[in-house]
Amino acid sequence: MAKVPVQFTLNGSEKAEFIDSGTTLLNALRDKIGDTSPKGGCHQGTCGACSVIIDGELRLSCLTLAETCSGTAITTTSGLAEGGVLHPLQRAFLDTFATQCGFCTPGMIMAAKVLLDHTPNPTRGDVVEALSGNICRCTGYEPIIQAVLTAARSNSQNAA
Amino acid sequence: MELRKNYFADVRKDDLHEIGQPRPRSDSPGHVTGKTAFFADRNFPGMLHLKMVRSPHHHARIRSIDTSEAEKHPGVVKVLTAKDVPHNVYTILILIQVGPEDETVLADGKVRWKGEAVVAVLAETERAAQEAAAKVKVDYEVLPAVFDMEEALKPGAPLVNEYHGQNYYLYDSGECRKVRFGDVEAGFAGADHILEQSYQSSPIEHAPTETTGCVVAPEGNDRFTCYTNTQAMFFTLDNTSIILQMPGSKLHFVGGTVGGGFGGKVDVIVEPIAILGAKLTGRPVCFIYSREEEMQISSPRAAEKVVIKDGVMKDGRIVARKVTGYTDAGAYSRHSPYGAQKGAGHYPGPYTIPNVWIDTYCVYTNRTPSSAMRGFGVTIGDFALEVQMDKLARLIGMDPLEFRFINAYRDGDMKAHRQPTEGAALIECMQEASRAANWPVAEKYMAMSSYVKGA
Ligand code: FES
Ligand code: FES
Repeated sequence: MAKVPVQFTLNGSEKAEFIDSGTTLLNALRDKIGDTSPKGGCHQGTCGACSVIIDGELRLSCLTLAETCSGTAITTTSGLAEGGVLHPLQRAFLDTFATQCGFCTPGMIMAAKVLLDHTPNPTRGDVVEALSGNICRCTGYEPIIQAVLTAARSNSQNAA
Repeated sequence: MELRKNYFADVRKDDLHEIGQPRPRSDSPGHVTGKTAFFADRNFPGMLHLKMVRSPHHHARIRSIDTSEAEKHPGVVKVLTAKDVPHNVYTILILIQVGPEDETVLADGKVRWKGEAVVAVLAETERAAQEAAAKVKVDYEVLPAVFDMEEALKPGAPLVNEYHGQNYYLYDSGECRKVRFGDVEAGFAGADHILEQSYQSSPIEHAPTETTGCVVAPEGNDRFTCYTNTQAMFFTLDNTSIILQMPGSKLHFVGGTVGGGFGGKVDVIVEPIAILGAKLTGRPVCFIYSREEEMQISSPRAAEKVVIKDGVMKDGRIVARKVTGYTDAGAYSRHSPYGAQKGAGHYPGPYTIPNVWIDTYCVYTNRTPSSAMRGFGVTIGDFALEVQMDKLARLIGMDPLEFRFINAYRDGDMKAHRQPTEGAALIECMQEASRAANWPVAEKYMAMSSYVKGA
């Protein structure tokens, strides 16, 4: 199988790999680069567990070919905490009991981050809409929605 | 959270240090930072991928299996069939002496449900394993199948599972689990009203976000580490030990992190064959269900049928209850004989009824084997019982909540299984529910208590 070079920044650091053409970004991140924070729940674009941020946009890494990501900046949940301090979203998910098994959590946090980056003061409806592509089988969604709203509030307090 | 300390104030201990105190969960920091290690987050150099060839038929005899083309496929390292499995016929509950062994690890001579595992292919890549699996040729003679419990119990129905000899599980109490208490026919004879209804449910899939699977690493010395998302670590360890005829000391299971299970990950399905693959190739092996497999192959909650006949008095007392329950095990037992048995214990409900008669059957059909799921054996029963309670209340023109107060068991009441009720708090729960739901009941019910002094 043809190998192709890919090079991007992942959570701020440069990555360069030769990968099999046709490898998904999800598999490249998990198996080649060793960032297992994006999860594979369906590998068909329906669960959202594999969500990452590419150049500021929310993307499903299971439906994204790694070779199309050269030159991009990719963010995953494992890169959110800075200097050991949790991101407000991570803090809020922790504090409001918004994780159970934790499998959907990285994808949820990515989807929520893109929302808050674009809409710092979202309504409940905005949050529901933003998370609608992410499936959680454990929490029942309400704590997750509350976590995102809590993070938004703490963000705006920090900014004030 | 609020603790209602007025309940049972004279009997309760009030030196609780943990209950009512919030505690952070130990695993959630890992969840929010993406550091929690799920089984599939382990990657070993040289890891092989296992793909299963599955039966396209509900019921068929296997005339022959030809793996030669698959073995020649580039990247294929090993192809496993029934003859490679040391103890190929097993059943999960044999560990607690519930037999007979009735399920094959890899099908031998016959398949009994659509999706049953027949041949395992191990290859360098997932894709090679998939392509090779498609090249395995199995010659089937399709047999008549049965999908409905009542059909399966009729004389002359196709026999699903030869290890049982009939299409129901034979308990030591006979063809069903029985509860007998009082004289149910006399109870019906004296009742003001009788209501018989039947209730039915479909199978329910757990659909965990993380699919079922495991990663096995050979450690040398014929010892294997298995990273798995099983919900039943020791059932899996011990059954694997039986299936592979290996002492448990050779098997090191690492689990505890489960990406959603809801009971769907208690069966022993992926680990034995993955460990066998690692043993025969000397290489790490990953066996993970695709989403499609998870939805079609993993065992769902059983379909059930419940027939309830109740005798009730005008004043609200239930005086007789007769229940026949049917649990659709699918083609193999797994946890279903236990599920059906739990139903027998549960059908009297949390009510004090003087005359009770219960039969529950565990029935085999050519459907996906069902197994554990969140209160399996009792959840559907509760649905049926409580709908029945509402219907009974309506029948005698009584408020449905007040009707439950009249029948709720209290300390000292004898249950149908001849176990006296202890520590019941049902009345108190219903009193709180009445307030929370803003569904008021007469003052005399609010004055009741489950706690009976000296009971
Ligand atoms: S794994 Fe990508 S959406 Fe489910
Ligand atoms: S916490 Fe388990 S899937 Fe969301």
